[in-house]
Amino acid sequence: MNEQAELQPVDAEMPAVPAATAVRTPWTEFWRKFRKQHVAVVAGLFVGLLILLAIGAPWIVPYDAENFFDYDRLNTPPSLRHWFGVDPLGRDIFSRILMGSRISLTAGFVSVAVGAVVGTAMGLVAGYYEGWWDRIIMRICDVLFAFPGILLAIGIVAILGGGMGNVIIAVAIFSIPTFARLVRGNTLALKHLTFVEAARSIGASDWTIVVRHIFPGTIAAVVVYFSLRIGTSIITAASLSFIGMGAQPPTPEWGAMLNEARADMMTSPHVALFPSLAIFCTVLAFNLLGDGLRDALDPKIEQR
Amino acid sequence: MLQYLVKRLLGLIPTLALVALLVFLFVHLLPGDPARLAAGPDATPETVALVRQDLGLDKSLPEQFLRFTRGVLQGDFGRSLRTKRPVSTEIGERFMPTFWLTFAAMAWSVAIGMLIGTLSAVWRNRWPDRVGMTLAVSGISFPAFALGMVLMQVFSVQLHWLPTVGADTWRHYILPSLTLGAAVAAIMARFTRSSFVDILQEDYVRTARAKGLPETVVVVKHGLRNALIPVVTMMGLQFGFLLGGSIVVEVVFNWPGLGRLLVDAVDMRDYPVIQGLVLLFSFEFVLINLIVDVLYAVINPTIRYR
Repeated sequence: MNEQAELQPVDAEMPAVPAATAVRTPWTEFWRKFRKQHVAVVAGLFVGLLILLAIGAPWIVPYDAENFFDYDRLNTPPSLRHWFGVDPLGRDIFSRILMGSRISLTAGFVSVAVGAVVGTAMGLVAGYYEGWWDRIIMRICDVLFAFPGILLAIGIVAILGGGMGNVIIAVAIFSIPTFARLVRGNTLALKHLTFVEAARSIGASDWTIVVRHIFPGTIAAVVVYFSLRIGTSIITAASLSFIGMGAQPPTPEWGAMLNEARADMMTSPHVALFPSLAIFCTVLAFNLLGDGLRDALDPKIEQR
Repeated sequence: MLQYLVKRLLGLIPTLALVALLVFLFVHLLPGDPARLAAGPDATPETVALVRQDLGLDKSLPEQFLRFTRGVLQGDFGRSLRTKRPVSTEIGERFMPTFWLTFAAMAWSVAIGMLIGTLSAVWRNRWPDRVGMTLAVSGISFPAFALGMVLMQVFSVQLHWLPTVGADTWRHYILPSLTLGAAVAAIMARFTRSSFVDILQEDYVRTARAKGLPETVVVVKHGLRNALIPVVTMMGLQFGFLLGGSIVVEVVFNWPGLGRLLVDAVDMRDYPVIQGLVLLFSFEFVLINLIVDVLYAVINPTIRYR
């Protein structure tokens, strides 16, 4: 009886608030803050455009990226016929860049997605159960962290052999510990909060608590890191191709294209210019988007 | 303090042991028979058997691991399959060029990065901040190999100011260290800025301003010293980045260092060299992180007593 009396005024007040401002879901909150970051919005649109171009590339490209050779225009700089010029073998650079975007974006997305899923699961288990689980998982992360950046990827490629598939596996493995640590930290902070205690006290299982109550609290951090990490992964994958361990010629991978272009830097710098620009613009867009997401999702930022 | 140090050193042992185990298993994970790899493609079955015995590959795995660990502890990493020389000699010859390159890159990038970060924080949201942060976000987005090629094209090929490849004089160090350090400078700038922005909103900074101290004193004495604490940690992490980055940069500038040795070794499947280098790189990285943690404990007493 008493409880009902206390609850009623709240109920009565609800309709008085205009619906538009009453519904402040995490999504609308996020959108309200993200919208103000003009640079990030532009970067996000650019990323969207890149994805569309990459998906549509096989239908958009003016020439075959690997098997079309324009022998009359070897090494020619950009023109109306060949927007980004022609490489020393007579291939159209614009077509190769477009087809290359498929490889780089796939490498970036897939490797980070695998790293994020595995790392998040490990971080949730380590943070929630602590004890032995935590010690074992964090020890694995320490060992993975003991190999500086690209070195781990090179080691994995040395075992599995070159090629883009193995590069993706290598970059994914090297993303795991970062996500695991990040999620573990968030889980440790969240699991002592009242709402988790409340869930436990009404008899929710560990699975329900972790998946329904703790995991949503870690999503913001994971999303921000995901975006920032894609840039790093694209660079790492391109670097591996550049040093000859990833995609092999004639595949139009941007790093591999740059490596091919090295021999002709003196005579035709445009062959190196466009792959460099392509990597730079793509990675820059992901980094700016990541910065914007962080500013919109991090509760600490707003006070500044 | 001593207790903390001992605790940290002991904590390293399991990590290093696991790293050694992984690096040891690496040879056994390689596709194909390591003895056949070592003997060469034209070897007769007898030679392969001899090589197998010579490398101890006929023993059980735990025995081999003990033998491997004993060798590593004595600085014996086996012999290069390509040159037949001891791996330790190969690494020894290539160590200094990489060390100096990394050192030069670290020195300039930390100095410039912190300067840009500090200026950006002090003039937050004004033009020095915008210029600095635009540079910084570009720096982390431009891959080192592309930057190296651009710098080489402009300063060596077009302007003839600097040599293109090799590591003979200090002039050879300018372009590779610029290339290697650019991303680190950018990360340091971003990190210093955010650390500094937090510090400048602390109460003690307001107090310092309120008591009429000149802004320079507030920024340098009250701000910078405190902002440096997280920056020191970041510096250590960046060393790992530099060790990895040097691999790519050494390929671009044909640098006679460890990175190129590693790339050549992977190309040639020279696994004793790969093993030695991976072990060395990870050991260096773990050691640097320990030094950074200790430095951190020196600066910040609350860490020590945890």
